[in-house]
Amino acid sequence: MLWELPLMPQQASTIAHKVDALYLFLWGMTAFFTLLIFALILVFAVKYKRGKVADRSNPPDTDHKLEAVWIVVPLAISLVIFGWATAIFFEQVRPPADAVEYFATGKQWMWKFQSPEGKREVNELHVPKGRNIKVTATSEDVLHDLFFPAFRTKADVLPGRYTNVWFNATKAGTYHIFCAEYCGMQHSLMIGKVIVMEPQDYERWLTTASSGTAGQTAAAGDETPAQAGERLFTQHGCQTCHQGSSGALGPALAGVSGAEVELQNGEKVKADDDYLRESILNSSAKIVKGYQAVMPNFKGQISEEDVMSLIAYIKAQK
Amino acid sequence: METASTISTTTAPTTMPGAANGVFEMPKVTYLNAQEGIKSWLLTGDHKRIAILYLISISVFFALGGVFASLIRIELLTPGPELDAEMYNRAFTAHGIIMVFMFLIPAIPAVLGNFLLPIMIGARDLAFPKVNLLSWYLYIIGGALTMSAMVIGGVDTGWTFYTPYSTTYSQSYVFLTGLGIFIMGFSSITTGLNFVITTHKMRAPGMTWSRLPLFVWSQYATSLVMLLGTPVIAITVVLLAAERVFGVGIFNPNLGGDPVLFQHLFWFYSHPAVYIMILPAMGVISELIAAFSRRRVFGYSFVAFSSLAIAIFGFLVWGHHLFVSGQSAYAGIIFSILSFIVAIPSAVKVFNWTTTLYKGSISYETPMLYALAFIGLFAIGGLTGLFCAALGLDVHITDTYFIIAHFHYVMVGSTVIAYLGGIHYWWPKMTGRGYPEFWGKLSALLIYVGFNLTFFPQFILGYLGMPRRYHVYPPEYQVLNILSTAGASVLAVGFMMPVFYLLWSLKYGPITGPNPWGAKGLEWETASPPPTFNFDATPIVTEEAYAYDAEADEAAYQAALQQGKR
Repeated sequence: MLWELPLMPQQASTIAHKVDALYLFLWGMTAFFTLLIFALILVFAVKYKRGKVADRSNPPDTDHKLEAVWIVVPLAISLVIFGWATAIFFEQVRPPADAVEYFATGKQWMWKFQSPEGKREVNELHVPKGRNIKVTATSEDVLHDLFFPAFRTKADVLPGRYTNVWFNATKAGTYHIFCAEYCGMQHSLMIGKVIVMEPQDYERWLTTASSGTAGQTAAAGDETPAQAGERLFTQHGCQTCHQGSSGALGPALAGVSGAEVELQNGEKVKADDDYLRESILNSSAKIVKGYQAVMPNFKGQISEEDVMSLIAYIKAQK
Repeated sequence: METASTISTTTAPTTMPGAANGVFEMPKVTYLNAQEGIKSWLLTGDHKRIAILYLISISVFFALGGVFASLIRIELLTPGPELDAEMYNRAFTAHGIIMVFMFLIPAIPAVLGNFLLPIMIGARDLAFPKVNLLSWYLYIIGGALTMSAMVIGGVDTGWTFYTPYSTTYSQSYVFLTGLGIFIMGFSSITTGLNFVITTHKMRAPGMTWSRLPLFVWSQYATSLVMLLGTPVIAITVVLLAAERVFGVGIFNPNLGGDPVLFQHLFWFYSHPAVYIMILPAMGVISELIAAFSRRRVFGYSFVAFSSLAIAIFGFLVWGHHLFVSGQSAYAGIIFSILSFIVAIPSAVKVFNWTTTLYKGSISYETPMLYALAFIGLFAIGGLTGLFCAALGLDVHITDTYFIIAHFHYVMVGSTVIAYLGGIHYWWPKMTGRGYPEFWGKLSALLIYVGFNLTFFPQFILGYLGMPRRYHVYPPEYQVLNILSTAGASVLAVGFMMPVFYLLWSLKYGPITGPNPWGAKGLEWETASPPPTFNFDATPIVTEEAYAYDAEADEAAYQAALQQGKR
C-alpha cells in the first residue's frame, strides 16, 4: 500500500500546472527555511552545550543590521509569492470571454448540472476537452462549494446569488467533484464526477445519451437553457408586459443583459445575472426608471434552474 | 525582599530536579495552604489560586476535546462510515468548539498568565482580584452551558457556525452552544481588562516597560486583542440568535440577509483569536529559550514590538478566510498582501530566538525540548500559512485537509507545545516540587513524533483534494489517513503521560526551592510555592530583563564539575 502513496493530484486543466509550480516552489522555500533554522539550532546546540568549552565572551545583545536582513529578505520573498499567486488567482476568477456557460445548482445533498445544449445531469458533468467552460452556480438552500481538485479550482456556491468556476480541461478522463463547504448531514456524499471527453466523443454523447439521464424531466426534453427560458417566458405570461414596445407595462428585455440600467431613484446599476435574478424573484427591489412596481414577485414560484433558463433566454435576445 | 533576593542572585546554575533534594524545605505558609477548605478556593481572590482553578478545568476540557479528536481519527481510518454522518458531524464540531473556546483561548493567559503576570512585574495580585474570580465563573458557566448542549444532543454546524446552515437548517442545539460561547467571551474580556490595567498600573519600582519580561509583553498584546476583538464575536452570536430564534433576516438570503456577512463578522474576531492563541505561546518560548541558554533574548525590543505588530495587523487580515466565499477579488488582493505582512513579525521572532542560542550555555531539560520543538513546528506552521495567503494556491487548498494541517501546526505544534513547556518550567514554582525529568523528556519526544506523524500527511492529503469535514472519502486517500491516525495514537499517549507524572510529583517530586533552574525574573526571587501576596516586601528592580551571564554561569558550572560535585 505504502508504495502507492500519492503525493500530487492529477493535472487536468490549463491552470493545474501553474498552481502546482507555485505549490512546489513554496515547499522548496519552506524546506529551505526550516532546514536553515534546524541547522542553526543544531550547530548552536552542540557548540554551546553547557559543559562544553567554547568562546562565550561578549555575546551580542541586538544587531540592527541583522534584524533588517531578516525583516527585508522575508518581506521581499513574500512580495514575489504574492505577485505570482495573484496572477494565478486572476486567471482562476476571470473566465475568458468565449467561455461556454454551463449551469449548476447545489442542494442538500446533490449537484444538478445543465449543459448549454440542454443536457441535464445529477452529480455528473460531461464536458469536452480543450474548451473554455464556465459553470455558473447557485444554491437552493445552504452554502456549498463546487470543487474540482484536478482542475485546481473551486468556488463557494451561495443561495440567492450566482458565482462561477471556469476551467479548460486538458486530459480526457473522470475526475472528482467535491462539495468543499460544509453543508450538513450528508456533506461528504455531495460528491460527483466530471467526465472530460474528446470533443467528438462529447458530440456523440450529446446525441446518444439523450433520454433517461438521471434528473431529466419529460417537459424539459433536450431544450437548450434559452429554449427552456422562452417556453417559461410564455408560460408565466411575461410577454404581456415585457413585449418590447414603447408604452408597455414592463421594460423591453432585448440587450438588457450586461447593460447599464437607470432606476427610479436615479441610481445606475449593471444588469448582470444577479440583477436579472433579483428582478424576477423580487421585482420590487429595483424599479427601472419610468415604470411602476406592478410586476408580481416570483419568489417561491420559479425554481433556481428555471430562473437560470429565463436569464439564458434574456441574454439570447440581443 | 531579604530572604527572596539573597537566594536568587547567589544561586549557582543547577539542574532540576532531584539534585537539590534534601537541600530545600517546603515553605511553611504558601498560597496553597494559607487558607483551607473548598470554600477558600471557590471564593478566592488570589490570582495563583484562580490559575490553579483554570488549570484543572482547562485540563478536563482538553481531555474531552481529545476524546472527540479520537472519534474523528477512528472514523477516518477507513474510507467508509464507522460512525453515522450525524454523529461524525457532531464529533468534529464538539472537538473544534471545546479546543478553541475552552482550551486554546484561555489556556496560556488564564493559567500561566494569571499565575505569573503579577509576580513577574512584582505586584501583589492583579488589579481586580474579584473580577478575576468572576472571569473563572463566567468561563465555567459558559463551558457548562456549551457542554450541556453537547450532552443533550450536540451541535452539527462546525465550530465556524456558517450561515444560513446554522440559523435556518441545522436541527441541533445551536442556540445553547452559542449562549455558552457568548458568556465565555466575557471571561476573555475581563481577563484581558485585568491584564492591561495591571501591566500599566502595578509594576514594581524599577520595572520599566523596557524591562518587562517578554512573556508580559506578549500577554499585554494578547489582552488588547481580547478586549477589542471579543465584543465582535459576542455581537455576531447575538445576531445569529436573532435570526435563528426570532427569524430576523440578517444572514439568510431568503429573509433578505447576506450569508457572507456572517463570515466577515465571524472572522473579524476569529482570526485575531488565532493570535490570542499564539501570542502567549510566543511569550512562553522567549522565557524558556533565555532561561535554558542563559542568555538575554537576542533583539529584545524587536521581539517585544513584534508582538504588538502581530496584534495590530492581526485585525486586518480576516478576509483571507473568504478568498472563495464570494468576496470581491480586489478585496482578496488587499487581504492577501496584509496576510503576507503579518507573517513578518513572526519570522523576526523565530530568527531572534535561534540567534539567542549563539554563545549561550545551553542545557536540555524538558521545557527546553519543548521550546526547540516549538521553533521547528512553528516555522512549518507559519511558512505553510504563506501557502494559504497566496491567492491562486489558496483557491485549491482552502477547505481541504491542507488547512487542517496548517492550523494544527500552529495551534497544537506551537500553542499546546508552548503551554506544556511552560507548565513544566513553572511547575516547581506552582507546586514547590519537581517532575521526573526522564518521563518529561519521553513524553515530549512522543508528542513531537506523534504530532508530526498525525499532521504532516494531512498537508499532502489536502493538496490531493480531500475536503475537510468528510466522514467518508475516496479510497485513494486511505494510506495517508492511516498514517495520520497512527500518529494520533502516539500523540494521545504523549499527552496522557504528564497527567500521571505531574500528579505523582505533587506528593513524591523533589522539593526544588525558589529557583531550581537558576533563572532570572522576579518569579524566581520568591519562594516556591509563593506566599499569598507573592513577595514579603515589594521588590525593587535594578537590572534589565534576562540579565544572564552565560560565560560566568558556564565557568561556575565547569568549576563545580571539577570539584566532583556533579
